[in-house]
Amino acid sequence: MKETSQLKRILEKGEFAVTAECGPPKGSDPDAVIRKAALLKGKVDAVNVTDNQTAIVRLSSLAGCILLKNEGLDPVLQMVVRDRNRIALQSDVLGASALGIRNVLCLSGDHHSFGNQPQAAGVFDLDSIQFIQVVKTMRDKGMILGGEPLSKAPNLFIGAVENPFADPFPFRVVRLSKKVAAGADFIQTQCIFNLDRFEKWMTLVREKGLTEKTFILGGVTPLKSVGMARYMKTRVAGMDIPDEIIKRLERIPKDQQRGEGIRICVETILRLKEIQGVSGVHIMAIEWEEAVGEIVERAGLLPRSTAN
Amino acid sequence: MITAEQKPVDEIRKMIAPYKSILVLGCGSCVAECAAGGEKETGALASALRMGAKMEGKPALIQEKTLDRQCVRDFVIQLDEIIHQYEAVLSLGCGAGVQAVADAFPDIPLLPALNTEFLGETKDQGYWLENCLGCGDCMLHIFGGICPLARCSKQLLNGPCGGSREGVCEVNADVPCAWQLIIDRLSATDALGRLEEIYPPKDWSRKQGRGPRRIIREDQQG
Repeated sequence: MKETSQLKRILEKGEFAVTAECGPPKGSDPDAVIRKAALLKGKVDAVNVTDNQTAIVRLSSLAGCILLKNEGLDPVLQMVVRDRNRIALQSDVLGASALGIRNVLCLSGDHHSFGNQPQAAGVFDLDSIQFIQVVKTMRDKGMILGGEPLSKAPNLFIGAVENPFADPFPFRVVRLSKKVAAGADFIQTQCIFNLDRFEKWMTLVREKGLTEKTFILGGVTPLKSVGMARYMKTRVAGMDIPDEIIKRLERIPKDQQRGEGIRICVETILRLKEIQGVSGVHIMAIEWEEAVGEIVERAGLLPRSTAN
Repeated sequence: MITAEQKPVDEIRKMIAPYKSILVLGCGSCVAECAAGGEKETGALASALRMGAKMEGKPALIQEKTLDRQCVRDFVIQLDEIIHQYEAVLSLGCGAGVQAVADAFPDIPLLPALNTEFLGETKDQGYWLENCLGCGDCMLHIFGGICPLARCSKQLLNGPCGGSREGVCEVNADVPCAWQLIIDRLSATDALGRLEEIYPPKDWSRKQGRGPRRIIREDQQG
């Protein structure tokens, strides 16, 4: 069993990291995950498995991670605080580590009112920052919340998310610094379409010295169509898609919009590579994992290093 | 105060259907302030139910009374003299009021006419806002007088989340982002630095640690 996360190795070596996302199926079919694993293998360093994203019931992220791991990928276990209290979260952190998962991404989660179980009780016992701190204390001090010792500490590379496009803009960096202080080893950002705003945010991040303390991976999403772009702009919380992107896609015939979406994504990655303090890219190809290989190749990020 | 809203009349009619004599019991406290269960609303509901019963040709004795406070036993015992004239009590008290009356009169069925909603304030005429969870450990001095547990949809103590946009919560465009409100207020008083601290997980044992909470004060007992 690999003791260290591949993602951690790549980042600590100073290489530009590439992660992707795998959304588990709305069912118990392992092949849905295994198919995605085949598309991503060799193209990326690690793969996030989302945790009931948009509050839609799906195969659990831990199970998804194990399926990916069995296929030889380095999974990133996404864990939201929406559905589990501190007892369940800490228990699952231990379980994940025992099963050989080496990366965890701690986040609040999309509010349950957006999903297919709007009658659910939202838990939110811990918030994402508290959760990061809990995982760090478990790992580094071998203690659970409240101070009781663990028989064996979990071995996890701890991640968090940040949305540079949410408000209030100046406070986003304060919040990031809290996540870093809490223990975030790496950060994956919300999808970047507004590069000007992202660059402004990165300037603030660098000024606060945060790029010395954590690895920042810029989030990107290839757009499949102008319809998807419009939907994300207006309907998806925390998304900032400038009008130029929408107009650019509008000018392209419908059957070629996917190609244009990939082109925009590649251009974004090429710009991100030039921004000081950006350590990698996180590609969230939503139900379009087929696109990841092409994006990575055209962005000049292949082959992926397998060196230890 | 505790806020409440009246249940749909059809639901109330179904609840009272098995009974031929009903006391419609209002409360003059919180639910009067939020225009759900005070004397006025109690009278209006009783009239509507009487009229409905008449039109359906099912004569029933439906009378009304409003106590100053249904949730205080000293007031509830005012019902001692009259309550046994009725087969059931339809209470327009909050959940606490309904239960206080039920507790005092174990042999009478109690029917709730209201849905009890939340602990909140009257913002404006016809506008009530939830702003307190009754967590048992008030932190309002830290957060500029705005409670993130009651007013942030994700109960973040270290917000705002990535869904805060132009001061609005991602969950509902009518809801201001509590964290934007907190940040604005602390900025105005030059206290924003306070939010650089990481606030630890809430101690929920103060709210739900050992079943229903009680306050027992010997200095108040006689």
